[in-house]
Amino acid sequence: MPAVTTEQVESRVVEVLASFGPDADQITRDSTFEELDIDSLDLVELAQIVEDEYGVVLKGEDMKELKTVGDATDLIVSRADA
Amino acid sequence: MGVNYRSDRAGAERVVETIERDGGRAVALGADVADPATPDELFGALESHFGSQVLALVNNAGINRDDLTPSLGDEEWSAVIETDLSAAFRLMRRALVPMMRARTGRIVNIASISGVRANPGQSNYAAAKAGLIMLTKTAAVEVARRGVTINAVAPGLIDTEMIAEVPKDLLSAVPARRPGTPEEVAACVRFLASDDASYVTGAVLTVDGGLAA
Repeated sequence: MPAVTTEQVESRVVEVLASFGPDADQITRDSTFEELDIDSLDLVELAQIVEDEYGVVLKGEDMKELKTVGDATDLIVSRADA
Repeated sequence: MGVNYRSDRAGAERVVETIERDGGRAVALGADVADPATPDELFGALESHFGSQVLALVNNAGINRDDLTPSLGDEEWSAVIETDLSAAFRLMRRALVPMMRARTGRIVNIASISGVRANPGQSNYAAAKAGLIMLTKTAAVEVARRGVTINAVAPGLIDTEMIAEVPKDLLSAVPARRPGTPEEVAACVRFLASDDASYVTGAVLTVDGGLAA
């Protein structure tokens, strides 16, 4: 399992989100999925990648609560440490 | 290629032999698709056997337990819904994310003319097959932008064991004046699973000699 620092997780999340369309340079911790045009299908794919790479399971209810890149990063980091 | 069987192991192994004789690679996998544990088992076995993701899925398993609605039992109802609809859903669920990540995939669901037109004595089968058609369309539009297509084939009267139960007057109503062959259905599945069908998704291809037209 890769190192689970907030920085590293955030960087991986940004990389994955960029693969769905938005410019990596436009993505910050405070960017909302809505402004990045990231929809629920993208989040399903992100959840699968997170599960494969960090062993963290993100369910539908979890995904609904996440509004920003920071929300996703923090949730992954908190569950990876658990 | 994985060839799943529930009880007809010999039949599945014959299919595997044919595929290998033609230069392909295949393995026979025994499992009941109605069992919720089956999708993970089948996909896990295929991923490790071939060392790659499954990028095409054909949901072909189907049973029928015919009876008129007032006499149809709970067991006959659920068994058909589980095998013909719920199993297909669970297999699709398991197949989809790897296909999405690969940006390509093909799912072909074998529905039936009974999911499109009423056929007395098959309310459970019809409900499952009509459900399968809407499952096909809904999932298709969800994932279309990832290059994954999901379509249904709806066979009419086809010359297999199931046809022994079909009343003669229905058979004579077929405009083509004959049942179809399994090869004629397979050709349609092959097309939908191919690269050529890359812009076809959410479609229902009826293979019925004109019966539902």
